[in-house]
Order: sequence, then C-alpha cells, then structure tokens
Amino acid sequence: MGHSGCVPLEWETVDVTPVRGPDGKFGIPQAAIDSVNKNKVGLKGPLMTPVGKGHRSLNLALRKEFNLYANVRPCRSLEGYPTLYDDVDVVTIRENTEGEYSGIEHEIVDGVVQSIKLITEEASSRVAEFAFEYAKTNNRSKVTAVHKANIMRMSDGLFLRCCRDAAEKFPEVKFEEKYLDTVCLNMVQDPTQYDVLVMPNLYGDILSDMCAGLVGGLGLTPSGNIGLNGALFESVHGTAPDIAGKDLANPTALLLSAVMMLRHLDLNTHADVIQKAALDTIKEGKYRTGDLGGKAKCSEFTNEICSKVAAA
Amino acid sequence: MFSKKIPSVCDQILRQSKNYGQNIVKNSIHSTAVIHQSVPEGRTKCTLIPGDGVGPELVYSVQEVFKAANVPVDFEPFFFSEVNPTMSAPLETVADSIARNGICLKGVLSTPDYSHTGELQTLNMKLRKALDLYANVVHVKSLPGVKVRHSNVDCVIIREQTEGEYSALEHECVPGVVECLKIVTAEKSRRIAKFAFDYATKNNRKKVTAVHKANIMKLGDGLFLNSCKEMAKLYPKIQFEQMIVDNCTMQIVSNPHQFDVMVMPNLYGNIVDNLASGLVGGAGVVAGASWSPECVVFEPGARHTYSEAVGKNVANPTAMLLCSTKMLSHVNLQYYGDMIRNAVNRVLKAGKVRTKDRSLCLLNSSSIDISKGSSVSRFAGLSSSS
Repeated sequence: MGHSGCVPLEWETVDVTPVRGPDGKFGIPQAAIDSVNKNKVGLKGPLMTPVGKGHRSLNLALRKEFNLYANVRPCRSLEGYPTLYDDVDVVTIRENTEGEYSGIEHEIVDGVVQSIKLITEEASSRVAEFAFEYAKTNNRSKVTAVHKANIMRMSDGLFLRCCRDAAEKFPEVKFEEKYLDTVCLNMVQDPTQYDVLVMPNLYGDILSDMCAGLVGGLGLTPSGNIGLNGALFESVHGTAPDIAGKDLANPTALLLSAVMMLRHLDLNTHADVIQKAALDTIKEGKYRTGDLGGKAKCSEFTNEICSKVAAA
Repeated sequence: MFSKKIPSVCDQILRQSKNYGQNIVKNSIHSTAVIHQSVPEGRTKCTLIPGDGVGPELVYSVQEVFKAANVPVDFEPFFFSEVNPTMSAPLETVADSIARNGICLKGVLSTPDYSHTGELQTLNMKLRKALDLYANVVHVKSLPGVKVRHSNVDCVIIREQTEGEYSALEHECVPGVVECLKIVTAEKSRRIAKFAFDYATKNNRKKVTAVHKANIMKLGDGLFLNSCKEMAKLYPKIQFEQMIVDNCTMQIVSNPHQFDVMVMPNLYGNIVDNLASGLVGGAGVVAGASWSPECVVFEPGARHTYSEAVGKNVANPTAMLLCSTKMLSHVNLQYYGDMIRNAVNRVLKAGKVRTKDRSLCLLNSSSIDISKGSSVSRFAGLSSSS
C-alpha cells in the first residue's frame, strides 16, 4: 500500500512457517508470538495447516496463545457485487475458547463416543459483555443472543443468563433472545431483522460462514479476534494455492480486516477513508478481480484503491 | 372463533379438488376404472396431535379439507403439550396410539427453556425415544407461486434425531461450569446412513452428502462420517460426498442446487432444515416426517409454533396440508393425496389467496387468507386456467 504512510502504523512482519518445538511438534516460531505480545495487535493472512501428524493447527495455537475469546465477523452486502441478498448488515460475535470445540472427547466403549460441550460463566459473560460493548462503540442498536436453551437447558441456559446479565449493564442497547433455528430460518428470508448476534462457538462458526455466503463468500468478509493479550485480524478464506503468485487474488477480506484493526486502534478516520475507497472501487466495477466477475489484477485493484485514498 | 376465513380457504381447496377429480375423469375417459381401483375400501385411522401455537388452527384446516374431499381417514386426536402439562394426554397413551395406527399427523410442540421439575428432556425427545423415531426427513422443494429469492430448490435433508447434541445429558460440575454431552454411537450412525442411502435408492436420487464437523470433533463426528463412508461402499450407484457443516450452510444459501440427499447428526439437521426451509418460503410451507422402523409421524419440516399468531387466523396451513398428503400417500391413499396436493399447488400458483406479508410473520409468504372482494376475480382466474 503506497499510502500507508498516512496511517500512523508501522508494520513488523513475522514469518509463521512452523518450526519444530522442544516437544518435537511443529508450531509457531517464538519470534512471531513475541511480536504479537509486544504490539498487542496483529494482521494475518490465511494459513494452511499441513495435513498429517505432528502439525498443530496454527490458527488454534494463535488462538490459545493470545486468549482470543471473541471472533467478530461483520457481514455486509457490497454494492456493485449483487447476490440474492442486497440487504445484509449483521455482525456475528462468536465465543471462541470453549463450547462444542472444547476438544474434550472420548470413546467410552467401542462404538460409543461422547464429546463434551463446555460452557462456563466466565467465558460466556466475557463474550456477552464484549458484544454489548461492540454494539455501543460501533453504533449498533441491537444485540441478539442466539441459543438453543430449549434443548440444552443447562449449558445454553447458562450462556443465555450471562447475556441477560450483560444486557442489564447496557440499557441503551436493545437485547433479544432467539433460538438458533429461528435465526437460521429468518436470516435467509429477511436478514434486515438482525444486527449484532452473539453466540457460543459452534453456532457462531456456522452462522458467520452462512452470513458470508449470503453476501458472496469469505473472500469479501473481514474477521477480527479479540483477546486478553492482544487482537488479531485476519481473512478467513483459504490459501488458494492455485492462483498464488499470479497477481489474481482478491484482497478485499484482508483489507477490510485491516480496516477493522484500525478501528480497534481508534484510528477511525483512516479506517473510514480506506473502507470507502475499497467499497467504491468494487462498486464502480472498473477494477474488479476475477472472483467478482472482473478482469483486474490484484495490483490494479489495489492501485485504484490507493489513488482513491490519496484523493480523499 | 374461526372467522369465515379458514372455511373459505377450505372451500377454495375443495373446489380445486373437485376440479382435479373432474379433470381426471375427463382426461382419462377410457380408464376411469383406474381411479376407483386406487381408492381402497375401508377407513384408515391416524393419530392426530394438533400441537401448540397455531397448530390447532392448521389442523382444523386439514380436517376441513379432508371432510371436503371425503378422505376415508379417521383422526384420533390427542391434546399433547409440554407447556400445558396438566391438560396433556400421557406420553404412553399417545405413543400407544401412534404405534397402533402406524401413522400420526403432528403439529409443532412448544419446548420451553426450563421445566418445573428440572427435567432436561423435552416432550418431543421423549416421544421420539418412546417410538424410536430416528430419521427425520424433510424434502425441501420450491413451490409454485411462492415468491422467494431462490428458485428450483430440491433437496432432501435426513437428520438423526435420537442422539447427538439432543442427549439431555448435562450437569454443572462446579458453579458456573456446565458440561453438556454429545453422544454419537456407531450403531445409530450406521442406521441413519443406511436410511439415507436407502431413501436415495428408492427415490431415484443420485447423491448423498454427509454433513459433519469431523475436523474439530474428530472422535464424535469422525465416527458419524466414517459410518457414512462405510455405508457408501455398499451403494456404488449413489454418489457420496462429505462437507463440513459451516461450509455446507454457506453453500446452501448461495448455491442450493448442488445438493441432493443430505445426511447429518441431530443439531446440524435442525440448522440445515431451517435454512433450507427459509429458502423456499419458511416454516409455513415445508412438510417433513419422522420415521421409526414401525411408524411415521408427519410434521412440519421447520418446527415453529408461531404462537404470536394464535387466534388471528393468519398462519399458513400449507406445510400441514402437505404433511397430510404425504401421510395419505404413505397409507396408499395416493388418489386423495394427489388431489389435495394439486389443489394446494393450484391455490399457491393462482396466488389470489395469500397469507400475510413475510415481514410480519414467521409462517409467511404464500397463503390462504381470503378477502371477499378478491374471490370473484380469483375464481374467474382459476376457471380460465383450468
């Protein structure tokens, strides 16, 4: 980005190519971890976890290392790239440390497996309060708690109670509770009835991808992970090895993630300028990458955004 | 109580049914005998659970249509409800009736977030367990005349519904820490996988997609996925695919046409059922059925009680009517099933009678609320089209 000089931000680039740790397993290099710990904020492209034994998921390692407890995924219809849904503007906030993805599973007897979904008051309250805080600072009017407490009465019941408690602390933000199935049913019919959604791990995983599907996929939606020891912003799409090195990829998801990062750092003016430039470029349609039906190269798309930023 | 609206809907569907009958007679003048052959003697008994919310109104609509079409089915109704426990028929009585009759038409039961007795199992779960209703089948298909964003959707969602996340095994280890067990067994995974492949074979379907999250729940969902893979080997004519559940939901809202038959554990089934139902018009228009080895319970595909509409006569009976037609086909009363399905389709297609605006209600879009003013033009429109 030719004009990143305007943004008071210095990049510290780190390599996260897995290295063999003391336990013999491959993992993230210590230098990368130190860097995020020092800077408290990071921007990350897609990572591929090699298939095979001895490799831990790098994403999981980062999540653990920085206690990234909330995953935030704003999802908005883009003007100029029409899908069946032109009226989506929701933010999914997903609890990211426990729930169905606790990783506690065992085979009790042959052919009988139990997986444990873990819900704690601490983690639930933390993410619930974050959701309201997010709604407040981002001028959102409503938080919807998505749950299945009619089926999982204790675990989702606890999550729901934590959301209700958090709601009381934020009387200026509207609060509602909806069953997961109701949200699914209504979201695909009329997405405008939702604003900020907060939910346990699995539901958030599913709903955030589903909402991305409404507006054109993961290549267009940013993602942020908020943690106790820092925040990490990333694009959540795949690594697309087939087009790597060809200057064809669409940088929108990563760019919008960077915009989220700027907002997280209270650099709102810069965030607004870059976001507008990116969205306008897509809207005008002169420089669009192949996945959006255009012919532009990644660099041409980027240059157009840069010139718009410079003109702003 | 039921204003003139529902009866007039039924009139409408009845007229359609009669037209349908006449058309058949007209069109198949050389083989009228066939029609009579397809109508068996005697009457069939069917257990009826109206359910909560608008259930009783929807069931009333079905009963009116059955009366109008002279369907030889007698209902055995039970008030069965978790939110009105004192008035509810006992579980055993209802389960006995369903087991005896082999078929049941069921509205949606409301499941509250808590139980006074601290019970974790819902009444729905208990009924499923009592009858071993392990396979839920929802055929999601775009309907004529229902205006939605997606068109030509046609997929079948098969859901295991006796274990998984709906095990009702939960406890609080220490205050503020709750653990909820998801149980997956090889036996039930194989059983649902076999059901899915058998369904695909019987219904001339080409592909079965197993939906899972085995990348995270390596043991639990891994067992489910492996059971599906094993079963797929026994059905070489059916194509087999697997898809991770989050990707599946993203795909189904952007390109639902890639799916044929889908098989999945309990919770994912609940999610995908509702997403897919939303694509074709909502909870008011999609029928489903729950199968045990012995009996079938026909119930709406997306289960919502729509309690805010009770008594307002605005709910859409399409899903319930389509359930009843599936039930009729199941007991070899195909003639009546086709007649009613045809009538429903024609009412939807004509589009003169619709339930309320979608933004106002959950059970929405197409429908069956008649204002007197439009009825003349409606019938005019119909006669010209038939």
